[in-house]
Amino acid sequence: MAQSSVETDIHTSVQAPAEPDFKTRLQSWLPKLVLSPTVAMVLLFVYGFILFTIYVSFTDSRILPFVNAQGATSYDLIGLSNYEKLFRLSHWEIAITNLAIFASLYIIICCAIGLMLAIFLDQKIRGEGVLRPIYLYPMALSFIVTGTAWKWFLDPGIGLENTMHIWGWTSFKFDWIKNGDYAIYTLVMAAVWQSSGFVMAMFLAGLRGIDNEILKAAQMDGASNWQLYRRIIIPQLRPAFLSAFVILAHLAIKSYDLVVALTGGGPGRATELPATFMYSYTFTRNQMGIGAASAVIMLMTVAAIIVPYLYAELREKK
Amino acid sequence: MNIQTKLKLTVAAFALSVGAAQANDDQVEVLHWWTSGGEAAALNVLKEDLESQGIGWQDMPVAGGGGTEAMTVLRARVTSGTAPTAVQMLGFDIIDWANQGSLANLNDIAADQGWDEVVPEALQRFAKVDGQWVSAPVNVHSVNWVWANKAIFDENGIEIPTTWDELVAAMETLKAAGVTPLAQGGQPWQEATMFDSIVMATGGPEFYKAAFIDLDEEALGSDTMKEAFDRLGVMRENVDPNFSGREWNLATSMVINGDAAFQVMGDWAKGEFVNAGKVPGEDFLCFRFPGTTEQVMFNADQFAMFDQGGEVSPQQAALATAILSPNFQSAFNVVKGSVPARTDVSDEAFDACGKQGMADLAAAAGSGNLFGSMAQGHGAPAAVKNAYYDVVTAFFNGEYDSETAVVELVDAVSIAQ
Amino acid sequence: MAVATQDSAVRTGRATRFVLYTVLLVFALFYLLPLFIMLVNSVKPLGEITGGSMIALPQTWTFEPWAKAWSEAQVGVEATGLRPYFWNSIRMVVPAVLISTILGALNGYVLTKWTFRGATVLFGLMLFSCFIPFQIVLIPMARVLGEIGLAGTTTGLVLVHVVYGIGFSTLYFRNYYAAFPTELVRAAQIDGAGFFQIFWRIMLPSSGPIIVVCVIWQFTNIWNDFLFGASFASGSAAPMTVALNNLVQSSTGVKEYNVHFAGAIMAALPTLLVYIVAGRYFVRGLMAGSVKG
Repeated sequence: MAQSSVETDIHTSVQAPAEPDFKTRLQSWLPKLVLSPTVAMVLLFVYGFILFTIYVSFTDSRILPFVNAQGATSYDLIGLSNYEKLFRLSHWEIAITNLAIFASLYIIICCAIGLMLAIFLDQKIRGEGVLRPIYLYPMALSFIVTGTAWKWFLDPGIGLENTMHIWGWTSFKFDWIKNGDYAIYTLVMAAVWQSSGFVMAMFLAGLRGIDNEILKAAQMDGASNWQLYRRIIIPQLRPAFLSAFVILAHLAIKSYDLVVALTGGGPGRATELPATFMYSYTFTRNQMGIGAASAVIMLMTVAAIIVPYLYAELREKK
Repeated sequence: MNIQTKLKLTVAAFALSVGAAQANDDQVEVLHWWTSGGEAAALNVLKEDLESQGIGWQDMPVAGGGGTEAMTVLRARVTSGTAPTAVQMLGFDIIDWANQGSLANLNDIAADQGWDEVVPEALQRFAKVDGQWVSAPVNVHSVNWVWANKAIFDENGIEIPTTWDELVAAMETLKAAGVTPLAQGGQPWQEATMFDSIVMATGGPEFYKAAFIDLDEEALGSDTMKEAFDRLGVMRENVDPNFSGREWNLATSMVINGDAAFQVMGDWAKGEFVNAGKVPGEDFLCFRFPGTTEQVMFNADQFAMFDQGGEVSPQQAALATAILSPNFQSAFNVVKGSVPARTDVSDEAFDACGKQGMADLAAAAGSGNLFGSMAQGHGAPAAVKNAYYDVVTAFFNGEYDSETAVVELVDAVSIAQ
Repeated sequence: MAVATQDSAVRTGRATRFVLYTVLLVFALFYLLPLFIMLVNSVKPLGEITGGSMIALPQTWTFEPWAKAWSEAQVGVEATGLRPYFWNSIRMVVPAVLISTILGALNGYVLTKWTFRGATVLFGLMLFSCFIPFQIVLIPMARVLGEIGLAGTTTGLVLVHVVYGIGFSTLYFRNYYAAFPTELVRAAQIDGAGFFQIFWRIMLPSSGPIIVVCVIWQFTNIWNDFLFGASFASGSAAPMTVALNNLVQSSTGVKEYNVHFAGAIMAALPTLLVYIVAGRYFVRGLMAGSVKG
């Protein structure tokens, strides 16, 4: 995703001339006309469906929306009891805790690695043209494709641990994926692998956009490289950080393929995330009401992250 | 009429129109998750049979998670009003879809071909809802089997154990000899499948029925259940540390390759042995889980027939007929490792384990010892089954002890209902 | 929009450069590892995989797994390999990417150069739509597709991808065009150019970098999608990811890992190609769409 422009130029945009002949009237309507299919689609397919989900979350739907255990299209509105059940489930608690651990580590590590690689690559590195696609390509692959390779790599029997043993380092131990307390970190590892290169590209774009004159001036004043980065460059990357945060946060909340491909939620329930929880309750456990309730909670979480960001965008009007 | 009722009526109309007619010419569309070599080849028998009658086969395979993905796809198809002709399905899912009103009425075909006489009663419970045949059973799997490497048993002087204590003693011997006793796959359904047998062995058929079919809270929270969990804990100690996430067929190959002594798994495991060129009785042993010799805990694959707009089309009828034909039942089940869903099929084509399976099934059906497997969705609806998985897998992976597990089980089952 | 000055003001010493290169190389290895595992094991006979090390080079090279995955492997009842599904994916991804990119460009143009009251709010609504979890739209979407008669068709699938891709494509173009001098648009308007003329003659010719970014993003997402493909395209119309899943997830029998890996790489090739070919424009496109200091 491109870094969102903080400076929009709404105030400078074109005003249609005042004379109301047909052509200009058409011209003034055209933009709205062009935008309308998208708006209609978004209203129906996104917001309509969100309202639908909210409604389902107040019903005792089981196998399909508006079909309860009695079957044959009978259902009842049961108020908040799906939400009550949801928060009584230790399963959900685990999923939420896991998401908190996963998302915070994932975002922090991705940003750290992304920033480091971007800064390093920005030092007139020979072979940048080769390295950059290597860093970027994981984003092109879904975990349906790389899942098996990751599973192998992490499996102590055939993966890294075994390889190290073959190479003679017999005391080497790496069995996190088999260990309920550590398995969640293997998810972080694979997720970081997938997105950190992308974050690098965003930071690199930010770095290349910084005016060199300022840096040169600072250098004249005797600033060290460290100071240069800490005081001048990194603060200028703020918009890139913000975009990276939003992208990563939404990827973290939506993480589903990753879990299914790597651990299937195990060992036990150690790597269950809200997205897998929701999928399982909606589609395999025939408890669509609870599934919808968890989806609503997820959406509220997304909104809590995105809306402030959007607000920051919109407020530029001033 | 207040707003709420109006709203409810509107959405009810929405749901009613779901599953309405779909025109399909001369073909059947079949949603299934049998995509691997042997199963797909067996299904091909069915396909060719239909093609010889001039009926096209529109294949719709969606693999993964024992049908999880397929069930999701099914929801999308039914909702869009384009339900497939037939869908591979298990146990309570069939009942749920029938209650929803999505399934066809096969009574005419069933009466015509006498299904009521040849399909065991316990199985009819999942193929016939409210007196209406809705699906065509393909096979009966049985889950309380143990698959053992004969060479390892012989080397360590182990006889086939018939009681819990003998099993424990056998595992001690094996461990002392440096062999991993139990090959266990690390997915919730596999742990739960083994637990089914343990509960049956620990509490007996009455208890099993009270706990897993009637979902009696007292039975679920009883000391017997706690003891069953303790026994599961004992099994856990006999598993190698690398089990988590392992698929069942990889656990089976551990037994085949002699990396572990035995596996507790349904009869589909036999296919792996046979594929590897092993002979039952010579290379490997199959015996009932100690303490469940007389019982058969089953699950059955069926093809639920979806309503195609009110009546059963000739194509759909031909498909149902072909599935229950003795030829297909025999051909398919020889490959799959299960036994035919009809009891009048000759056991000639089956190997030793297959023959035993067929005999056991007939005996258990006769003596009232045929029970649906909880772990395989034939004990209780999907919500309860998964709640059961949650508790078993959490216990098996050391999240809590047996005392907590019993409390959690009662709680989880009550939330799921 | 002066792009890509390699002329960094920061200077580095020799020791530092050594560290830089080492770190960069180590990370390159880390990123390449899974691909390497896949590649190396897709050209081994099955026996070597089960017996040997995960990253050892093959003793006997074989391309049979590739041939098998492409045209012989059992994907359903029939052993067709992945080939037919590959073309399904192409037929789906091309129109979906084109339409969502064009709509995104027009939207971005309107939202920056022809703004009206409430436009920003509309943009906010579109942007939020990028973040909806796809699982929740599955059932209502199926209902809508059934209503309009597009259930189980490639057209329906294209529609779904356009709908959920449009948020991001609009975002890209809007941010890019925001930095485009509005004076030029105004001048053209005074010269009598109309809405589409301006778009066609002025905006589009300078949109190269952002088109690349948008196409890469959409192509990757749509190509890799599994959930919609499995649910909305039936049987023989299924895209590559669904077929790959059927190949890899098969529950019984010997797991032919070498064939699985070959199939996985095939499924990944188009997106990999897009990243490698267009990758160098990618950072440039991101830059162009980004804040200018």
